[in-house]
Amino acid sequence: MSEQLTGADILIRALEHEDVEIIFGVPGGAILRAYDSLYDSSIRHVLARHEQGGGHMAAGYAHATGRVGVTFATSGPGATNLITPLADAYMDSIPVVAITGQVGSRSIGLDAFQEAHTWGISMPATKHNYLVTQVDEIASTIREAFHIASTGRPGPVLVDITKDALIGKAPWRGPGQLDLPGYKPSVKGHPRQVTSAIEMILGSQRPVLYAGGGIIRAGASEELLAFATQQNLPVVTTLMARGAIPDSNPLTLGMSGMHGTYTASTAMQRSDLLVTIGARFDDRVTGDPALFAPEAKVIHVDVDPAEIGKIRNADIPIVGDAKAVLGQLIEAGERALEGAPAPERSEWFSTIAAWQRDFPLAYDQQPDRPILQQYVIDELSKRTDADTIVIAGVGQHQMWASQFWGFEKPNTWINSGGLGTMGFAVPAAIGAQAGMPDTTVIAIDGDGCFQMTFQELITAAVEKIPVKIAVMNNANLGMVRQWQKIFYDNRYSATELSSSIPNIVMLAEALGCAGLRAESPEEVVPTIEKALAINDRPVVMEFVCDPDAMVFPMIKAGGSNDEILMGPEDL
Amino acid sequence: MQHVISVTVENKPGVLARVSSMFARRDFNIHSLTVGPTEDPKRSRMTVVVDGPEMEQIVKQLYKLIHTLKVVEHVPGEAVEREIMLVRVNAEAQRRGEILDAATIFEAKAVDVGAQTITFEVVGEPSRLADFLEIMKTYGIVSLVKSGRIVLAKDTKSATKKQRKSA
Ligand SMILES: Cc1ncc(C[n+]2csc(CCOP(=O)(O)OP(=O)(O)O)c2C)c(N)n1
Repeated sequence: MSEQLTGADILIRALEHEDVEIIFGVPGGAILRAYDSLYDSSIRHVLARHEQGGGHMAAGYAHATGRVGVTFATSGPGATNLITPLADAYMDSIPVVAITGQVGSRSIGLDAFQEAHTWGISMPATKHNYLVTQVDEIASTIREAFHIASTGRPGPVLVDITKDALIGKAPWRGPGQLDLPGYKPSVKGHPRQVTSAIEMILGSQRPVLYAGGGIIRAGASEELLAFATQQNLPVVTTLMARGAIPDSNPLTLGMSGMHGTYTASTAMQRSDLLVTIGARFDDRVTGDPALFAPEAKVIHVDVDPAEIGKIRNADIPIVGDAKAVLGQLIEAGERALEGAPAPERSEWFSTIAAWQRDFPLAYDQQPDRPILQQYVIDELSKRTDADTIVIAGVGQHQMWASQFWGFEKPNTWINSGGLGTMGFAVPAAIGAQAGMPDTTVIAIDGDGCFQMTFQELITAAVEKIPVKIAVMNNANLGMVRQWQKIFYDNRYSATELSSSIPNIVMLAEALGCAGLRAESPEEVVPTIEKALAINDRPVVMEFVCDPDAMVFPMIKAGGSNDEILMGPEDL
Repeated sequence: MQHVISVTVENKPGVLARVSSMFARRDFNIHSLTVGPTEDPKRSRMTVVVDGPEMEQIVKQLYKLIHTLKVVEHVPGEAVEREIMLVRVNAEAQRRGEILDAATIFEAKAVDVGAQTITFEVVGEPSRLADFLEIMKTYGIVSLVKSGRIVLAKDTKSATKKQRKSA
């Protein structure tokens, strides 16, 4: 008879078969047996201080490495604490597998200690989820979970396993089999659609390539650059796609939308063709969809057919993986051009160049004025190499990071774009650093966001994961304050934080990190240099910033992208 | 507008919850939902009657569910639609004759007779059930239960509006 293993041993062995190298999590009663089996495994476990942290770490790891991130939590509160990171990963299509313990199958529904209906709660926050009650279902469920998380449009998958399934015994029959007759993600695009797309592109006068996070997930950056170059297309990236094409490339117009560059937003608005790849016409990009890019035809490439036509009708829909379809487009483009150069579109490019000249992204750091976040971000960007991974929280600092960091490579920009989860940056940076130990990882965080999850710096210090955190201390929930200034007549209801509490430098030291502070512009560069020289533990840099600075350009929520506010004078 | 959608799914635990919550998440009002086995024991078929302006997005979202195998939005008139109902009506002695006459026309079967009421079983197209109810209203409906609609596309394949599964 073959060797009998416990469900927990099978779980860990199945994870080893998926080449899992690291798990972020917190143990507890219902998942204890799994942790006992993990004790004998070579898989590293990072003990988070909160399951939300563990979940964002797994996402940060996945985002930075392109691999599936794994997180463990116990039943009840452990599982409910995971919901925010799961919803976050779902919105941003990040492959994460969450394993949660569940009470024994005979106690389900009886309000047992630490029972929560994890399957039901997590269903709308995941791409798929499972409740496993039988030991012999564990191996195949893990195989399916990793397959679903990492293929098609990636996303989080939760596997809830009852205590009795973890304790029960079964033989190891090898990694499980896939049994998913209803799940067949498309890879290649329809060849005829691809050919029509090239014809439409060649016939367009004012095309824009609208590149979304799907490019990053598909690992299609090289193809994107090759295709944009071949067809001579200006490229706009969404927030999620920063780094998909080098910012230094002259075709790159930057981010579009609510806080995008004037040029990127206006080019889309005036274009006659949006070549949309792996993007989803998010409201932060389009403003009022009825007023968005009124003259543009749309080619829409997406691996998820439900994205096509969801917000904006597509003239040419192409369902497929961004990398595969870009490959097809490049081939079809080559055939159509027959060695001739791509259309020059000189009028379009000179219009774009004029916008770039007249409406650049800029800031003015006066030496005797408070520190501007843009200045800090600019200096950080200049003083680090192109491989540096930047993670942002949610708020003004996030928008400035996207605007003022010079991205040259994919997967160097990690942020919570879809859900907009404050508290994402610190744990996501830890996950990214754990997956990329030889790369500099810098989180740019707001003081509000930082106070949501800074306890994970304890994890970083104890586990020797030397992330660098730049806390932009403007003593306010800055982005909300900006809206109150613009839309609520300067009535600052519940947005003021304290500039001195907590003392961030002392706090950093207490958490086992190095703490540094810059209070004036001339202290910025020395602080950055000091921080970059510390590599044996996490570093927190506090930058005491101007609370009144506002993010521009700005398009009002639900407004028209024709009305771009360029500065306070436009209010 | 009312739409009738057939969803063929793998017969897995929780699949009904996934499908019904998909409609709830989009704020669509389900008029009726039936679920039962098919010719293949590994598959179930759901028939969902739902109000909404248009179904393209919900059909795509239904396809996104991992356990969904096929989704068909039926074209009115190109599907066989059936429903069963049990309706209990007030039937005083002096009106029983006319009630039973009406029932005969609708092929309604008296399945339970009480001192004050008669309970009919009616099977047929939804419109027939509605017509019978309309008539019974004059006597007074005591209670009513409907099975929800079950629907099969007519065997003229090209005539049904189908969405190919692609993810
Ligand atoms: C979990 C969560 N709660 C509330 C919000 C709403 N919100 C968006 S930005 C913001 C302020 C963020 O403040 P801070 O971290 O200091 O960043 P700043 O905008 O000042 O750069 C708030 C409260 C959110 N996005 N996430």
